[in-house]
This record gives sequence, structure tokens and C-alpha cells, in this order.
Amino acid sequence: MSEKSENLVEIRGLKQYFPVNTGFFRSTPLKAVDDVSFTIKRGETLGLVGESGCGKTTVGRTILHLYKPTAGEIIYDGKPIKTKDDIKEFRKKATMVFQDPYSSLNPRMTVSDIIGEPLDIHKMYDSSEKRRERIIELMGYVGLNTEHASRYAHEFSGGQRQRIGIARSLAIDPEFIVCDEPVSALDVSIQAQVINMFDELQEKLGLTYLFIAHDLLVVRHISDRIAVMYLGKMVELADAKEIYDHPQHPYSKSLLSSVPVPDPKIARANKRIVLSGDIPSPLNAPSGCPFRTRCPHATEKCAEQMPALREISPGHFAACHIL
Amino acid sequence: MSLLEVNDLHTSFFTDAGEVKAVNGVSFSLEKGKVLGIVGESGSGKSVTAYSVMQILAGAGKIVSGSVKLNGQELVGAGEKVMKDVRGNRISIIFQDPMTSLNPTYTIGRQLMEGILLHTGRTKKQAWDRAVEMLKLVNVNEPEKRMKQYPYEFSGGMRQRVMIAMALACEPDILIADEPTTALDVTIQAQILELMKNLQEELGMAIIMITHDLGVVAQMCDEIIVMYAGSVCEQGTAEDIFYSPCHEYTKGLLRSIPTTSNDGERLQPITGTPIDLLNMPKGCPFAPRCDNAMKICLRERAQRKNIDGGHYAACWINERDGKVKGGEGSE
Repeated sequence: MSEKSENLVEIRGLKQYFPVNTGFFRSTPLKAVDDVSFTIKRGETLGLVGESGCGKTTVGRTILHLYKPTAGEIIYDGKPIKTKDDIKEFRKKATMVFQDPYSSLNPRMTVSDIIGEPLDIHKMYDSSEKRRERIIELMGYVGLNTEHASRYAHEFSGGQRQRIGIARSLAIDPEFIVCDEPVSALDVSIQAQVINMFDELQEKLGLTYLFIAHDLLVVRHISDRIAVMYLGKMVELADAKEIYDHPQHPYSKSLLSSVPVPDPKIARANKRIVLSGDIPSPLNAPSGCPFRTRCPHATEKCAEQMPALREISPGHFAACHIL
Repeated sequence: MSLLEVNDLHTSFFTDAGEVKAVNGVSFSLEKGKVLGIVGESGSGKSVTAYSVMQILAGAGKIVSGSVKLNGQELVGAGEKVMKDVRGNRISIIFQDPMTSLNPTYTIGRQLMEGILLHTGRTKKQAWDRAVEMLKLVNVNEPEKRMKQYPYEFSGGMRQRVMIAMALACEPDILIADEPTTALDVTIQAQILELMKNLQEELGMAIIMITHDLGVVAQMCDEIIVMYAGSVCEQGTAEDIFYSPCHEYTKGLLRSIPTTSNDGERLQPITGTPIDLLNMPKGCPFAPRCDNAMKICLRERAQRKNIDGGHYAACWINERDGKVKGGEGSE
């Protein structure tokens, strides 16, 4: 065995284009993710934020090969994932928690079948007794009452369903979990329960998370580092605290200043940078920097050339010509 | 006299499984030109309160008792004719989802003109001009061209602007905004909130802002009502609620949200799951989830009591700690 690399997941030049029919016999590629590179260190939580349509969910799904990447490399634990066998091996270590706890659980399966399904697929038990024990252990991890094992998903509230979803993803004893907006469908008081559970599981099981969300306060709370995406490109990547205290990219600045702070005095004094206009359609994204149409500092250069993501201070990356 | 006075409002939905008391004794008053926030989780009755004021409840829902007074005029039991004049004219509402609250088969212009023609007695030409003027007011580019377009040609933020334009076209006294920015992205949310705030200052209307987002409330509202399981837990100014909360539920909510000051610490969630409205406990509805619940909390509901100025809370703990100023809660 080679010694474990520090970077658990490494993404190089990832592109994910979807063909969209735009006319008779004509299709235009929708560049959902366009040339994105980043690494996720072992044991860290990387937050991925951005507005709807920026490609953050697509990044998560493409990493797990739920979509076949158009181009680019996904390197897991120092090994590129290419062949079908690689993917199968990879999926024993990497898994996903979905956004909607209502539609991501099969209504015709009992809780124990839902949680046990990954065990069946990867044949991770020798006897039905072992399978049962494992399911009970998993339900314990997420704070579910073991008496509920034979119930169906509809008998549970949103927060409990999300716990079932998390137990299912823990079944294969993963190292890496892509969490796609796991708390955005939950009520505030339940959100905190689930966020704490993610924290505790990470400590207990040594998990690495890619945490995708649009709620910036939640992401700030849970993440070690945060990446900001806009229209398929990564525009900034830095430590969670650094990016909140000193955002560099004009988009990140505006995005972070737009977050309503739950404190009346701060909220009223807060100078928001309100952007004009809407997010352009990814089908005809602007040339050069995708943000230039809404950017208050855009110059001619921004229309001609996409700025590269470069290190502007140690550990702080941004893609902008003016920096 | 307040612009809007709601007193001991009870609204229930009569379902096959039994009576669901969605709003259970809500009282508040709204002054001219103020922004009132109603916060609560799903099922707390915040939207039903607003729908009861407008009397646009779905089939099974009925106002059981209570009073809603607009400028001193009683609306409960006033009849459909009065309500038709109130809705869209004196009180307007914008809904959460701008994608589904516009009719996809009519042009934006036609939908904007509908209310104007109904309420103001303008001619078609004048209504058209008024609609264009409203689109300009909410910063929609090229309003004349946009009037002839259909909703699918608008983005989410633009549709919500159209909804606001529609709601404000007849210069209502009160605008009810039911989760107006929940379906929108953060940067678009900032645009819409700024627009609402500016229009409110310009036109001097009152706003009832219904939301689950404590950040939005902190930014927008003068007064806040916190609801849980159909009842008001606490009401007061934004400062009262955020800086000296006096109900265990409000305290729990504020502790459970991530902020910049509780960095790196574990959040303190409210334990348990939201209440089942069909099986309401006898005492305080929050008692089963409350860490500091006392015996009396399980037995009896706390009455709304005055804490200080306009700050009211319904929690037994205040009484134990002597925070209550005595007397009944209502003004």
C-alpha cells in the first residue's frame, strides 16, 4: 500500500456539458461546469456555494460519476478514476446525501431496507444477522429509534427522513460524502440538529465532506474552506473565515454582503452591494469572465479573456483581472 | 386607532382526521407605515394568519372566532362584497413562489391591468399607463415591451417584481408579503428586499412580512411576532426579540441559527420534532420540546403577558422569574 496522500479528492479541469436542443437537428452545449479544478483534503469540509444554476450540484454529481464528465480528471486518494471497475471501487468509499428528504427515499421500502440497500449492492455482510446488526448500528449513529426499522419513510418528519438518508449513505462506511443541500428543506430548529450530526459524524468516523449549499451562514458554520461558483466557473476559494472576512472577487463580495444577518443592528447598518440584473443563461454565457455583465468593475479585458484562478495570498485563490 | 387590529383570531381546518387549529388565538395590531414580521416554522400558522386577514382560506378552512378590523371596520363576517373591495385594493398580498402565482396564459400587462380596472374605475388606456408606470417603479427594464410578454419570458426575480407591481398598483394600505424571497437567490433576494423597503418608504404603506428567515426579519422589520403551533409566543420590537427574547422557543430559535459570533461552536438545536396539530398537548404547545419546561407548562397554557412596553410573551418562566408586569396581555 502506498502511503495516504493528503489530498483525498483532486479535481483537474472538470467540464460537464449537457446537450440542449435549440432547434431542428441543432444542439448547443450547456456548460454546467466549465474547467473547474480544486482539491479536497483528507478530513476537511469543503463548502461549495453559489446561486441556482451555477453548477454546484453538477460538480458534486459529476465527482461521483452520476454523470460522465465531458472532460477532466477526478483523482481519488492519488488514483485517477477512469474505468468502470474504478468507479465501482470508488463508490464503496464515496457517497451522497441528497437535498430533498421527501423524494430521495423510496416510499415502498421500509427504513431497514433503505439503509440496507447499499449493503446488499456491495455485499458487505456475511449473514442476515450481521446485516441487521449493521442497520441497527447505523440507525444509532443518526439518532433514530431502532423500533422504527420496519416503518416506511412517509411516517417520518422531514428531519427524521434526512437522518434516514444520512444513515443510508453511511452504510458503506464511506470516507467521502457529497452533501447536496442536505439541510435546505428543513425547518430552522431541525436544521441545527442535522448540522450538529454532520459535525459529530465527521469527528467520529473521520469523514471528508463536500458540502454544497446556498445558505451561506450554514456553509460558513460547517466548512473549513469555501469555494464560490458562478455560471459554471469557480471564482474564489479560501479558508471559511478568510473568505467571509476578506472576500476578494467582486461576486463573492456582493454575495456575502447580500446575506441577511439575524441581528437587527448589524443588518440595518450593513452596506449591501446590490447587484443589478439577473444571472445570464448558461446557454449563452458572456464571453470572457462570466460575471462581467453584472460586475461594477468590468473592463474591456474582462470581455476578452477569462481570468485564471490564481493564488492571491497564501491559500486564497480568486479568478479576477482586477486583483 | 391602528390601521389593522387582529384580536383573538381562531382559524381551523376541518379535515377528515379532525379539526386542525391552524391559528389559535392570535392578536396583533399594525400601525401605518410600519413593517411587521411574522416568523415561525412550517405549520406554525403564519401564512394562515395572513390568509385569514384576507379571507382567502382554502375550502376546509374557516375563521372560527375573533375579529379583524381594518381602519376600525370589522372584516370577519362582513361578506364577500366588502372583501372584494379590500382584497387587492386596501390589502394586497404577494406569494412565495413567483413561478406559479402568475397565470402562464395571460400577458403580464393583462394581469397587471386586471386589478386596476376592477378597483379604480380607470379606462383601459389609463390602466395600461398605470401598469407601465408600476413596472417602471419596480425597476423592470423596457416596461412597454414587457407588458406584452408572458410570464415564462421573465426570470424569478423579475416575476416577483411583477407581483409587487401588481400588489401595489391600487395603492393599498397594507402589503402582505408571504415568504416573498424564499424562492429566490441571495443576490436577487437583496434586490427585492431593497425594492420593498424603498417602496414602503416612498408610498408609506404598512407591510406584513411572513418569513422563516430570521435574517430577513432582522433586516426589514420594526415589530416581530414569533409563532409556534398556531399561537403567538412572543411579540415585540426587533430589538426586544433579538436582544432580550422572553420565550423559550424564541431563545431556542436564536441559539440554533449559525451566526458570525458562534463560530466553531456546536449549534444548540431545539430538540424533538415539530408538533402535530391534530394532537395538541393540553399545556403550552412548546413544552414537549422545551428544556426548561415546568410542571405547569404541561398542564396549562401560559397567557400572553406584558414584559415591557410593547413586548409581550406567553411563557410561564417569565412569571416564575417575576419578569411580568402584571395585568392581562391585551392592550
